[in-house]
Amino acid sequence: MPKGKVTFDYEMCKGCGLCVAFCPQHILYQDKVDLNKSGYNIIKVNDPEKCIGCAFCAMMCPDSVITVEVNK
Amino acid sequence: MAKVLMKGNEAIALAALKGGIDAFFGYPITPQNEIPEYLSKHLLAAGKVFVQAESEVAAINMVYGAAGAGARVMTSSSSPGIALKQEGISYIAGAELPCVIVSVMRGGPGLGGIQPSQADYYQATRGGGNGDYQLIVYAPETIQETIDTLKESFDIADYYRNPVLILVDGLIGQMMESVDFDKPIRKRFIPEKDYATTGTDHHPGRNIVNSHYLNPDELEQHNLHLQKKYQQIKNNETKFEMINMEQPDYVIVAYGTMSRIARSAIEMLEEQGIHVGMIRPITLWPYPRAAFDQIPKSCKGILCAEMSMGQMLDDVLISDRGRHDVAFFGRVGGIVPEPEEIVDAILHFQERVVK
Amino acid sequence: MEVKYRKSQGLTDKKLSYCPGCTHGIVHKLVAESLEELGVLGKSVGVASVGCSVFSYEFFNCDMQQAPHGRACAEATGIKRVLPNNVVFTYQGDGDLASIGIAETIHAANRGENITVIFINNAIYGMTGGQMAPTTLEGQRTTTSQDGRNHLIHGNPIKISEIFSQIEGAAYVERVSVYNPKQLMKAKKAIKKAFTYQVEKRGFTLIEVLSSCPVNWGMTPPDALKWIEEKMTPVFPMGVFKDSGEAHE
Repeated sequence: MPKGKVTFDYEMCKGCGLCVAFCPQHILYQDKVDLNKSGYNIIKVNDPEKCIGCAFCAMMCPDSVITVEVNK
Repeated sequence: MAKVLMKGNEAIALAALKGGIDAFFGYPITPQNEIPEYLSKHLLAAGKVFVQAESEVAAINMVYGAAGAGARVMTSSSSPGIALKQEGISYIAGAELPCVIVSVMRGGPGLGGIQPSQADYYQATRGGGNGDYQLIVYAPETIQETIDTLKESFDIADYYRNPVLILVDGLIGQMMESVDFDKPIRKRFIPEKDYATTGTDHHPGRNIVNSHYLNPDELEQHNLHLQKKYQQIKNNETKFEMINMEQPDYVIVAYGTMSRIARSAIEMLEEQGIHVGMIRPITLWPYPRAAFDQIPKSCKGILCAEMSMGQMLDDVLISDRGRHDVAFFGRVGGIVPEPEEIVDAILHFQERVVK
Repeated sequence: MEVKYRKSQGLTDKKLSYCPGCTHGIVHKLVAESLEELGVLGKSVGVASVGCSVFSYEFFNCDMQQAPHGRACAEATGIKRVLPNNVVFTYQGDGDLASIGIAETIHAANRGENITVIFINNAIYGMTGGQMAPTTLEGQRTTTSQDGRNHLIHGNPIKISEIFSQIEGAAYVERVSVYNPKQLMKAKKAIKKAFTYQVEKRGFTLIEVLSSCPVNWGMTPPDALKWIEEKMTPVFPMGVFKDSGEAHE
């Protein structure tokens, strides 16, 4: 069971990539194909198991796109 | 409070207190200094708000904030200071907020002088700020009329959610007259200020005080809404006085200090068997155009008299629509003319007719 | 599972108007979170200035007023004086505060107005398309310093936090940034402290936040944050510049 889980409100995302840059586990990537309605490439998690629930991605996101849940 | 002998500026300040002022934001500038001076003492003593701002620009924006928060707010200044406030006034009109502004006019342009003048008519009625907006502009003639107007102006500003400008000059501000502060004024029903930014704890939803509309359709709709309000103000608030208008040979159009001087000139001319009437606008905006339709046939010409180089003259020409010869008499720089000068202007009317 | 991080209730549902990766969005969250955590959203009144953050009256989930360019602190003064028990804050960029509005800001501080100023320093005019600001760095190219800012003709970057540390009315002045999670957490602490000082009626508080402008700087969002760390912090050192500490009614 991963320590943390992230969910994206994709339509609010502007594809800025800050979450990708600051995830210490490097498990986020910007999809080359999938876009949101505004035409931004959305962010996905390539290895959810490694998520430690640090919430750096969510903190650094300017648009409150990411919600982070953790296992207590 | 029976009649008291009082200086104009101080009477204005006391009238503001009687009018229910909550907050005053001002800045020193001659010839209106007694207004902030008087209020600095009495407002704080009454547990209300007084701030001497760092500039007239800051002062009008403090007015904007406090008015947006639902307070009864006033500021006062003089000509160059009122010029600095124009942007703020445009915002206040655009955001539909009430406030009272007193301008004690002095000679211009530029630093000009500190003596009385009426050279800010355009500034007051055409607006020095940006956009299609109007202020309700009063031009009282006596200190009594000034304080009665001021006391009522807070209600008028609240009722229409619009700035009210009271235009006097250095003479009215600096001279002393006996005034009665207990003269009853018309009270108006003021709806609750549900737009005020008092915090969402105190009202449903979010209140936003704003004049920013990036969408042109929305901004046009907003302007059309403002114009409807201005038409309502024109219909309800236009004020003027007609003096000696039975069968006048000439009609003088003058306001404020100039209309007082014209009254003496009219008496002197009467002694010479020349009947002269007067239209005295009390609201400069809305301008009393309809008064000009009541000028009897006997009238051979209209003399516009101002302490400026001729600014209300435009409105006289517009209102008269070419029905009469219109002449102009003006003194500027702070010079307050003698009645004899107006008598002379009437006697040499043709020489002064505006082509 | 338990929610560790979610969107603050201090923000409305409106999508932010800022460019992708602009730190305005981050600072909005820190302000919104602080007001939410202090439980004062219901009595907060924010004053939006003019610049990229002009639309902040649509983003902060509290009563807002929109001020003319440079006049937010005067407007906030008017609000706070008639609503002394409300929490009043301004949100201003470097053009708004450090250029046209510096007099209003300094005098609000000097009067000890009990308001909180959130000052976004991104060394450029963003909304109008990248002109030089009072905080533009020496040599920094902008649309009005196309060969790079030259102090001989453009003067030097203005140090707002240092200036305000000299003003007695200022109870708390700190310069922070958000270029990585560690700095962000410090910035959050500073902003929340500033609002706390206001609630405790300690006087004027100002937080200067070194921020990015990816589009007008011509950088990717992550590179822009590096640029703040490498280029801006030497010119604008972070830290507490004033902390009067004592409460006064």
